[in-house]
Amino acid sequence: MQAVRDRHTVNHMVHYQTRLDTTFAALSDVTRRGVLEQLVGSDASITDLAERFHMTLTGMKKHVSVLEQAGLVITEKVGRVRTCRLGPHRLEEEAAWIEQHRQLWSARFDALDEVVAHLKRKEKAHVQGKGK
Amino acid sequence: MSKAKENSSAATIRTVVKRKSDRELEVTRTFDAPARIVFEAWSKPELFRLWWIPKSAELTLLSCDMDVRTGGAYRLVFSHPASDQPMAFFGTYREVIPQKRIVWTNEESDEGAVTTVTFEEDAGKTRVTLHERYPTTAALDEALAGSAEGLPEQFAQLDALLATGW
Repeated sequence: MQAVRDRHTVNHMVHYQTRLDTTFAALSDVTRRGVLEQLVGSDASITDLAERFHMTLTGMKKHVSVLEQAGLVITEKVGRVRTCRLGPHRLEEEAAWIEQHRQLWSARFDALDEVVAHLKRKEKAHVQGKGK
Repeated sequence: MSKAKENSSAATIRTVVKRKSDRELEVTRTFDAPARIVFEAWSKPELFRLWWIPKSAELTLLSCDMDVRTGGAYRLVFSHPASDQPMAFFGTYREVIPQKRIVWTNEESDEGAVTTVTFEEDAGKTRVTLHERYPTTAALDEALAGSAEGLPEQFAQLDALLATGW
């Protein structure tokens, strides 16, 4: 059962690993993080975003394209204006990834906490014993 | 899984995990003891083996050799029912400053992490910061998939096992 579960875990990891990489790459840039924050407030055109972040239109198009590939942003062209809004991807997978790590480390550190508490009690008893 | 989450909710607040970059993971936790005690629990094999492996019934630590000093080596050997052969995890301590810091490598593959753990004592408590740096993003994700086999769904049993186990 454990082996089956492990294989499932590994498959699941491989399945979304690529997307996760794309997401973290997308988030590794300060301007792109700024764009996401901006879009939380309201949708914006690429021209708006370029102005706000003091960039050329071409530069901003590149950033938006990276965010789009990661599923973080959706763009839509209406007439001559390309509007950007937040994509459906959000950060749930990243949260799940962190959660798995947290479970491992919580388990380890809860156990370490027990060991540490035991050592502390032992030391205290030893000191008290000596005092008497 | 949800049951385990529920039961360990108190602990989950205390252990903070952050992905610092696509290749780095940081875990922090504060222990209610001086640094010398936390360091002792980390550096003595007979104590280390009591907590390092999540108490999954399926994973058994066969041996635990640790020479915790700069340049020293470690080797942990496990058995797992899914594998005929025991699995070994090994590496070298790059830097050991008692009660302050341990840096070690993980060398069973080329993709192993370099881990740094620091112990900062303040008013009788010790803040432990563990930092793992992997050579590639894929290595970090694979490490998680590998460690998942040690993740039992019944974390709730952990405390009971620890309380009676030694």
